[in-house]
Amino acid sequence: MTLKARVIPCLDVKDGRVVKGVSFVNLVDAGDPVESAKAYDAAGADELCFLDITASSDNRDTIFDVVARTADHCFMPLTVGGGVRTVADIRKLLLAGADKVSINSAAVSNPDFVAEAADKFGNQCIVVSIDSKKVSAEGEEDRWEIFTHGGRKPTGIDAVAFAEKMVERGAGELLLTSMDRDGQKGGYDIALTRTIADRVSVPVIASGGVGTLDHLVEGVRDGHATAVLAASIFHFGTYTVGEAKRYMAEHGIAMRLD
Amino acid sequence: MTKAAEITLVDYGMANMLNVARAFRHCGAEIRVVESAAEAGPAERLVVPGVGAFEKSIRAVREKGFDEFIRRHVETGRPFLGVCVGMQMLFEASEEFGEHQGLGILPGRVARVPSVDTAGEPQPVPHIGWSALVPAQAERSWEGTLLADHQPGASSVYFVHSFAARPADEGDMLADCLYGGHRICAAVQRDNICATQFHPERSGEIGLSVIRRFLSL
Repeated sequence: MTLKARVIPCLDVKDGRVVKGVSFVNLVDAGDPVESAKAYDAAGADELCFLDITASSDNRDTIFDVVARTADHCFMPLTVGGGVRTVADIRKLLLAGADKVSINSAAVSNPDFVAEAADKFGNQCIVVSIDSKKVSAEGEEDRWEIFTHGGRKPTGIDAVAFAEKMVERGAGELLLTSMDRDGQKGGYDIALTRTIADRVSVPVIASGGVGTLDHLVEGVRDGHATAVLAASIFHFGTYTVGEAKRYMAEHGIAMRLD
Repeated sequence: MTKAAEITLVDYGMANMLNVARAFRHCGAEIRVVESAAEAGPAERLVVPGVGAFEKSIRAVREKGFDEFIRRHVETGRPFLGVCVGMQMLFEASEEFGEHQGLGILPGRVARVPSVDTAGEPQPVPHIGWSALVPAQAERSWEGTLLADHQPGASSVYFVHSFAARPADEGDMLADCLYGGHRICAAVQRDNICATQFHPERSGEIGLSVIRRFLSL
């Protein structure tokens, strides 16, 4: 009888198709995003995340169509990210049917954009997506740095300090992706997740590295995330969303099972 | 239903309007969107959605003359539904980023969701996610209300907000959810005036059942 932890399947969308790579490369086609969204909705997903990774600006508009067609069928919360750089981008995504947008590179290059977006649309609809890698050496105190451009570009910015700054600017939620873990199936970076979740006042979504259902449990129980995001374990049918939620509930986490 | 129910959707520039329209359409309603009170004739069923900041919303509502339009509609006794900020605006005032006057149709105020739970531990705000509804008071039955198809404490609905109404009149309170041990006002209903803090348009089949119930009022 309290707020339930959310399981969020994430669909990486490229040129209107779902893809999933390992460590952000080696993309494999995994189907039609709207059909995937419907299946996840039916399976009890608590929210859906579309990440538009379309590289060329020519195909940028395909995501609006995907979002609108999904919203026609799925009456569930929908977060969309990837290439969100302007207030006009946000407005278009929200009008297409997104409930929240996630801002990634633009938050790093222009933190004031987050403040502007939160002011215009309300902080509850602005998710800042933080991609970071552990940069501390063995035996050193944990330290993570922000990377942009799909993990290729280091920024020298400390991830924890950046997370706090984003919340100050009006982010209503943080999506934390460990780029070392992404696609590796070895589990979330729990230290990263917990360090930030304990430091900020907004909900934190754990992302990057899920290979087993225990990893989802760890994200909430040990990482203090209020939502767990996963991609390949669901896309490739390793586990269903229903299995994941039941498993988490069996491990003492409040879940929506109706 | 022999004739499709028509709803009038107040468009004052908020972003989730289309999703509310989609959900109502899915439930068989015909949608009429009005962008200013001047062009809007009388409504059979009026729906005011809303996301974002209270002050911006109430200002936009007033600029388009919707404050009087909503008040007049409510007085006719015909069904009204406010969602999220559309609910909060019904009350007298909000403390979101300063003090702002609401429509004052229902007594009470809008206050921040507690950032500390009842045990004194910090909890995240915004309050985002799914939570089960419980009766606001033991004696209030949900029979004949917006939540008639809902089992108390059973199915969950979707919330995304940082502020919530605190109705002054207990009789208006229909349902709460619990967050960190605190009661958060999740729905109110006074006669024809219905409002939900949660998003029925985003709450799957449970949410659609609330919309269908509104259409049958």
